[in-house]
Amino acid sequence: MNNTSNIDQAVFAKRKRANKIGLTLSMGAMALGMIFLMWILSVLVFKGLSAIDLNLFTHSTPAPGSDGGGLANAIVGSLLLVGTCTLISTPIGVLAGLYLSEYGDRSRVAAVTRFVTDIMLSAPSIVIGLFVYAFVVAQARHFSGWAGTIALALIAIPVVVRTTENMLRLVPGSLREAAYALGTPKWKVAFMITLRAAQSGVMTGILLALARVSGETAPLLFTALNNQFFSTNMNAPMANLPVVIFQFAMSPYDNWVELAWGGALLITFAVLGLNILARVVFREKVQG
Amino acid sequence: MMSDMKTMFDLNKIDSQGGKVETTNQQTGQAAINALEVRNLNFYYGSFQGLKSINLDIEQGKVTAFIGPSGCGKSTLLRTLNRMYDLYPGQRAEGEINFYGQNILNPGQDLNLLRSRIGMVFQKPTPFPMSIYENIAFGVRLYEKLSRSEMDERVEWALNKAALWTEAKDKLNQSGLSLSGGQQQRLCIARGVAVKPSVILLDEPTSALDPISTGKIEELINELKHEYTIAIVTHNMQQAARVSDYTAYMYLGSLVEYGKTDEIFIKPKRKETEDYITGRFG
Repeated sequence: MNNTSNIDQAVFAKRKRANKIGLTLSMGAMALGMIFLMWILSVLVFKGLSAIDLNLFTHSTPAPGSDGGGLANAIVGSLLLVGTCTLISTPIGVLAGLYLSEYGDRSRVAAVTRFVTDIMLSAPSIVIGLFVYAFVVAQARHFSGWAGTIALALIAIPVVVRTTENMLRLVPGSLREAAYALGTPKWKVAFMITLRAAQSGVMTGILLALARVSGETAPLLFTALNNQFFSTNMNAPMANLPVVIFQFAMSPYDNWVELAWGGALLITFAVLGLNILARVVFREKVQG
Repeated sequence: MMSDMKTMFDLNKIDSQGGKVETTNQQTGQAAINALEVRNLNFYYGSFQGLKSINLDIEQGKVTAFIGPSGCGKSTLLRTLNRMYDLYPGQRAEGEINFYGQNILNPGQDLNLLRSRIGMVFQKPTPFPMSIYENIAFGVRLYEKLSRSEMDERVEWALNKAALWTEAKDKLNQSGLSLSGGQQQRLCIARGVAVKPSVILLDEPTSALDPISTGKIEELINELKHEYTIAIVTHNMQQAARVSDYTAYMYLGSLVEYGKTDEIFIKPKRKETEDYITGRFG
């Protein structure tokens, strides 16, 4: 003890030590995570960059044994699958989230919906692939782009539902009251005031759901399968980046393996781009 | 307590039968019309009784202020007048609130229609997430179909009423959230006025604002009372004295004293009111 303070120096020194140990441990954990992330990214860039050229975007996947080729069919297929998945899952997910937050609230239906959504959120994607295989592919007796879209939508919908609900719950009740105070009917309050106030949060949820499904492989293996040729027919098997990567990476042909690296790099940067976009959209809302 | 309250109302010539009351307006000598008449109103939050047999008249074209310590029920009373409490399950009101003779507590009352007639402005500014213009047009579109030019006129008229036109006329397309707090509150008042209600309820409209914005809003209340009936809840007794014609002092869910503002502040009839107003309590 000294004159200027009555802090026990021994206790103080012990706390400083504990603080240092805690800080070191958490820094170490962060470094470990970053090392692997950077390792993966650098290998990906190193191996993938050499495969990225104009042919990648203009030529379709090569036949076994033939030289060159590109990923045009897989890129277009992936865009189609993810695009239609967005068109299906956005309205369903947003409307369900709106129901949970504004209408159902504490009802039994809402509680069950929330429970099922949470299970769907953590369900292994291969299970969803098998489900769609059994109910769509097996019934139609052929693989198709639509089956792939349905599988992806089943993965995306729960993500959109829960983020929409959470974002709507962040809208202050005073805003709803102010709308009701003008004599606004409930559906208009929900759609034109509450949803609008939560707009950028909801958009972020949709973008994150997109980022999640655009890298999914397992559900597409059983549904969209693959297609060696360029095709935009959603009723036929459809090429897509994840399945092409899966098949090409394990093949004995050098040009196939190189294309797989190129595709992996494309997907990674697409997902990275979506994540950055989601953050930008959300930040604008916070500032605005 | 109850018998005391009874005397109170007799002093204010309130008809205990709950019929239409016509008191005499001293200035004009004409019969005053009541916009709202509250009769034996009890209000419950679940099992807790928030309001205890309230009886009072709100005169048309006047400002009626509700004062009292926190939790006395003044905001609750205001929220029964446009049935805002109906949004929340478990809250219920018993008794009568007659709006020009029609009991709005009737289960058959259309709430959206009621709220378009009795508007409300809240403690915190609540601009909608849209442009200043759209903030005002939104409410108008609910019940009227106006042409583009008529809507432009209405928006300008409402912003003028709320003394916001000069500040906002060059940025009608900007977000309502870009305005300052005081401007946002005036935007909310403009929004409420734009639908041309008959009564405007103000729930502590200046408690989140600086003195200058508060002054502007008080001027506004003085302007608006020529065309609208106004009921205001305030924590600020000077404000009640400045803006209101009638004042109601509430305590623990009961109406303790109600009368002309001058009389309440200069010569309150009840000791409790005097204690509160002079700052000995609350």
